[in-house]
Amino acid sequence: MPGGALAFRDVTCVRGGRTLFAGLSFAVEKGGAALVRGANGAGKSSLIRIAAGLLKPYEGIVAYTPPRALITEDAALDPELPLARALRFWARLDDSERDRDAAVAAALDTFGLAELAEVPVRLLSTGQRRRAGLARVVAADALTWLLDEPANGLDSVSVEALERAIARHRKAGGAVVLATHLPLAVPRAQEILLGAG
Amino acid sequence: MSGFLTLVARELRRAWMQGGLVLPIAFFLLVAILFPFALGPDSALLARVAGGVIWASALLAALLPVERLVAPDLENGTIDQLVVRGMADATIAAAKMVGHWLGFAPLLMLASGIAAALLGADGAALVRIEIGLLIGSPGLAALGVATAALTAGLRGAGAVAGLVMLPLAIPLLIFGAGSIAAAPGALKLLGAVSLLLVAGAPFVAGLAMKLARD
Repeated sequence: MPGGALAFRDVTCVRGGRTLFAGLSFAVEKGGAALVRGANGAGKSSLIRIAAGLLKPYEGIVAYTPPRALITEDAALDPELPLARALRFWARLDDSERDRDAAVAAALDTFGLAELAEVPVRLLSTGQRRRAGLARVVAADALTWLLDEPANGLDSVSVEALERAIARHRKAGGAVVLATHLPLAVPRAQEILLGAG
Repeated sequence: MSGFLTLVARELRRAWMQGGLVLPIAFFLLVAILFPFALGPDSALLARVAGGVIWASALLAALLPVERLVAPDLENGTIDQLVVRGMADATIAAAKMVGHWLGFAPLLMLASGIAAALLGADGAALVRIEIGLLIGSPGLAALGVATAALTAGLRGAGAVAGLVMLPLAIPLLIFGAGSIAAAPGALKLLGAVSLLLVAGAPFVAGLAMKLARD
């Protein structure tokens, strides 16, 4: 899809026999951002999973320009590996043109994890694991970031780091779709309110 | 393709770091060693049942790693991440199968030599056992991955896995043990069963992982 990063056209999501949202349409341009808001259970996570291609929409079309990077509540890092190695595994799969080690080191630095590079993932705290998941997204060099509650469990310093990372990604032409119930400063983002009608 | 190999390497690494390589083999040897205690020191009898004992032990040992093959990856979002990167579920399952086989079969064949010696099987029987295991173990690995995907997320998955996997493994057992008695065509039938499992398991496991996502 030329120009845009991600577009929903008349997407309907049905989970367990309940319609979470119907006829949802929006488009995110390169450099743009969409902020998905709504009460618990309104379908924020489902929207992100549909955008990631993990769920099939009940109706409608999802168009996107690959590659995408996703973070959900799961960090998806092998618990027995040192943090840097666990991240390098994904960087290798992402097959980015950049130097993998440098990309991972830079991503670790972004979220203040450089000192924990050699610590096994299973020893990390909840917040640290969360930041590690975000570092995986940053290191992926993907066009579209799909972030499901990325600020959960983060301290205020990390939230600021996340906001800066998002701003930098958009400046470089990347797009961000973000589902959150926490206040996050994402300037010039279109808001998608679920469960309002 | 490089993505596939990366996944295979990851399976091997995880099996190694979690003791998944050594434990099933130790279990296999232990089960095989139980039989002489149960049957008594009649060496002629032990030599006659050696092949069957080794195959039955191999089947039980193949059950051991089933719980760690798919469920942890579904739980911690690894499968999700692979799918977002455009990898097909069947490809992921196939990589798991290859990785599992590489970690399981060579050591099993090595340990079978030890078990055969302990049970007093002769050299000709040992050769037939090893050939049978070489042909049958890919089927065993395929069945393990398919079972792991089907039972992932269930409570008491380990027990259910046994109920799912062992009946399906009976053809492998029949033709594997049959090939030791030099029954005509047993090896070919063993190969056919193994091939069927290897060809079908990635799709079964892939579909199970897809359904688990929904």
